[in-house]
Amino acid sequence: MSDTLVEYHELLTRYEPVVGLETHVELGTASKMFCGCATTFGAEPNTQTCPVCLGLPGSLPVVNAEAIAATIRIGLALGCRIASWCRFARKNYFYPDIPKGFQTSQYDEPLCTAGHLDVEVDGETYRVEIERVHLEEDTGKNLHVGGSTGRIHGASHSLVDFNRAGIPLVEIVTRPIPGAGARAPEVARAYVAELRDIVQSLGASDVRMEQGSLRCDVNTSLAPIGSLEWGTRTETKNVNSLRSVERAVRYEMRRQAAVLDAGSRVRQETRHFHEDTGSTSPGRSKEEATDYRYFPEPDLVPVAPDEEWVAALAAALPELPAARRARLQQEWGLSGTEMTWLVNAGALGLVEATVAAGAGPADARKWWLGELARRANDAGVELTALAVTPAQVAELGRLVADGTVNDKLARQVLDGVLAGEGDPAQVVRARGLAVMGESDELVAAVEEALAGNPDVVAKVQAGKVAALGALVGAVMRTTRGKADAATVKRMLEERVAGS
Amino acid sequence: MTADLTTLDAAELGRRLAAGEAGSVELTRAYLDRIAEQDETLGAYLHVDAEAALARAAEVDAARTAGEELGPLAGLPVALKDVFVTEGVPTTSGSRILEGWRPPYDATVAARLKAAGTVLLGKTNMDEFAMGSSTENSAYRPARNPWDPDRIPGGSSGGSSAAVAGGLAPWALGTDTGGSIRQPAAVTGLVGHKPTYGSVSRYGLIAFSSSLDQAGPMARTVRDAALLHEAIGGHDPRDSTSIDAPVPLLVGAAEEGARGELAGLRVGVVRELGGDGHTDGYDAGVLDRVRETVALLEGMGADVREVSCPAFDLALPAYYLIAPSEASSNLARFEGMRFGLRVGDDGSRSLEEVMSLTREQGFGPEVKRRIVLGTYALSAGYYDAYYGQAQRVRTLITRDFTAAFADVDVLVSPTSPTVAWPIGARVDDPLAMYAADLCTLPASLAGLPAISVPCGLAEGLPVGFQVMAPALADDRCYRVAAAVEAALDAARGTRFLDQLTERTPA
Repeated sequence: MSDTLVEYHELLTRYEPVVGLETHVELGTASKMFCGCATTFGAEPNTQTCPVCLGLPGSLPVVNAEAIAATIRIGLALGCRIASWCRFARKNYFYPDIPKGFQTSQYDEPLCTAGHLDVEVDGETYRVEIERVHLEEDTGKNLHVGGSTGRIHGASHSLVDFNRAGIPLVEIVTRPIPGAGARAPEVARAYVAELRDIVQSLGASDVRMEQGSLRCDVNTSLAPIGSLEWGTRTETKNVNSLRSVERAVRYEMRRQAAVLDAGSRVRQETRHFHEDTGSTSPGRSKEEATDYRYFPEPDLVPVAPDEEWVAALAAALPELPAARRARLQQEWGLSGTEMTWLVNAGALGLVEATVAAGAGPADARKWWLGELARRANDAGVELTALAVTPAQVAELGRLVADGTVNDKLARQVLDGVLAGEGDPAQVVRARGLAVMGESDELVAAVEEALAGNPDVVAKVQAGKVAALGALVGAVMRTTRGKADAATVKRMLEERVAGS
Repeated sequence: MTADLTTLDAAELGRRLAAGEAGSVELTRAYLDRIAEQDETLGAYLHVDAEAALARAAEVDAARTAGEELGPLAGLPVALKDVFVTEGVPTTSGSRILEGWRPPYDATVAARLKAAGTVLLGKTNMDEFAMGSSTENSAYRPARNPWDPDRIPGGSSGGSSAAVAGGLAPWALGTDTGGSIRQPAAVTGLVGHKPTYGSVSRYGLIAFSSSLDQAGPMARTVRDAALLHEAIGGHDPRDSTSIDAPVPLLVGAAEEGARGELAGLRVGVVRELGGDGHTDGYDAGVLDRVRETVALLEGMGADVREVSCPAFDLALPAYYLIAPSEASSNLARFEGMRFGLRVGDDGSRSLEEVMSLTREQGFGPEVKRRIVLGTYALSAGYYDAYYGQAQRVRTLITRDFTAAFADVDVLVSPTSPTVAWPIGARVDDPLAMYAADLCTLPASLAGLPAISVPCGLAEGLPVGFQVMAPALADDRCYRVAAAVEAALDAARGTRFLDQLTERTPA
């Protein structure tokens, strides 16, 4: 069954969207939230478990202080108020991937509250209010076996991997974001991207959406333009990339507009996003949602972060992405648009590192946004996935600048680097790519060109200087591009004039 | 000579072991023989592993022969309530839902006793998940009172009380959530102490009500209880609620108390626990013995006064909201997926159906009653009226204690309003069963230490005297209890449990 959808530009003439986001970030702590088990991604199932994270009878949780610190740092980076006293709570429900029959989470006493994050879309700044940042434990992972889809429908049985159970999970909840209008999908995406960059800059998580260490639920609602009340929202889960965030909001807006146009009401429900079709489908209805029977976790003592400790964490925060962008833009003398390109290409960090390795900012940008972007695009990978380091790019720039290679040779050097043949200088040596000086080989090539093209020589001598280009081309062919064109030209001129 | 050994207190047995007058194997065999003889009647144990116990005892004997330095508990047999997980040893918490489960780890207290060289005789019977005051809620069989096998041995640690009173173990560990160490100790003539909440690790104790559960000793004498308490107490980094403070010197306090030095001790008698206007539901004989004991303390130089703690009247309803609420959540993990019983997994049923069938068949009626109560009390819309309100009552009770302890050093009361009742007398009346905890609940809700010490007989059955103290002042409980014990023993000319031995010669 496919949904009826309204054209995006059309719905905007009648409806105003409100979006909200709940983002889960798996912290990169060495051990789990409440026990000493390791947190390595991709380990053999159920090898990183113990009585505590398996929820065995009698076991008790002990809070990971690193996770508290990381959550407070995220809260501080988002301008939140840090609670001086708060508690964990039990969220009670049955599911095989929660070993204790409850998830240890936070309820009405989150660690961080009332922050904000400014994001920029098309040169306009949108303030996203952060309602809360709290800490909880991740669940295990269900593997449905025997079906064709890996989903529960059609599976013959299910297995549970508890390696993920108990990994610290920070939940960051925004307040509803009104007023973004047509840009609502992009604002949602920009928020997640900015949040990801912040968490990454803090070193709190590897924030890899494809591995699930950053996961997003997107709330979307529509209300008629001018309405004083917001519409009924849906919560879309399984949104696993930045692009999906944008697509999911856009799809929900179009779907909900059709529902409202038909005079129906939007159901308050959880929906699942499908990457392949870009559509959402209904999941569990919120109307029949479980009563989680939250109550303060009696196995844990309250968390009361010492004011001085919080102040020390605040003082030790690294430069945050927005500040860094502003600084680099100024240092490199870029326009806002140029900076946006750089950021959107995912090249900011690479360019910064390349500059740090000695390249000029313009040169570094030229490489990453030009030749390297082309190659990444051809290979269908991110820039960061290319097998070349910023230091190697800087070295390549130096080799061009000092005339060791020309632009054409430089591209061949890059081939070698990407093929794993070593640093640029090594590739130049191994492949013999250096520009030729006035060597015997070059003299021979020049003589050969003159001897083989007497008619061209005659033209040049008759005053048709432009004909010299044909001779240069011949020499370049003979030397397979390794000669320096200017040198060749000078040598040819000397010889033609002197003959 | 076997009978002699099983009527001795642990301290004396330890002395004989250290002096080479007895071996651990000999001692262990004596208890195993006694278990073989008596346990069919008493139902004190759910699991006995004679072979493992004898092997362990032989190890300790060999170490002693080899001249190794051994601690005071080395070679002494001990019994653990089946609520403590023990590595490789079946652990059921008195429930069918855990039948056949062999835990992969040891509770901290079990590990500490193991490290001290004790010999584990077995796991003792209990009310299912520690919910009950009679051990009739055991999913396996009821335990019986050695003073009268037709009567209950108290609960929920009734297997431990029956074992120690019956000479089937020299001492044992119990757990106390609302009185589950003190009440069974009282009705079987033992000393039982509930430590300050957080002073003994809960790691590996199968949770009933996390904010109330405490492990503690059950023994024939105050000194034994103190010795066992010292062995299990102290900070445990695996339990977040564990207090990082040194264990007070309890054996020393017991010795001091036994010398009868109570001059200047201020004793408060709690009016709301059996005092004027609050005698409904109390046996006259119980109140008589307690009054006599108070007079005894006065005679030893204590300054006795009556104290009123009005919020104590609310302890019972508050407890029966808080404990079931926490239990409803603590017991959620028993759903048949990862350990213990699984019912109905024949490929025809959904996950939810298997979970419900497992819980339907795995839990007994009292456990279900409390899960339903607790689930209701925590539900959206009812939370504030029930769980929230009960927590406020808890605060009031704590305030009453704080106010009382501004004027007195200890508070005293009966441990249980009645002596042991006949098996079956209260099974159809949960409220009557719950009333057995009336006197023990306030200290539980406030997290305070409280001890029960025998103070005589009523209708030929033991009566317990409760001494409550401020948090971390467990030593005061031992001091006062030891004074009571010493004075009564001296007056009687025998020790309390000798009366039972004389009545039922083994």
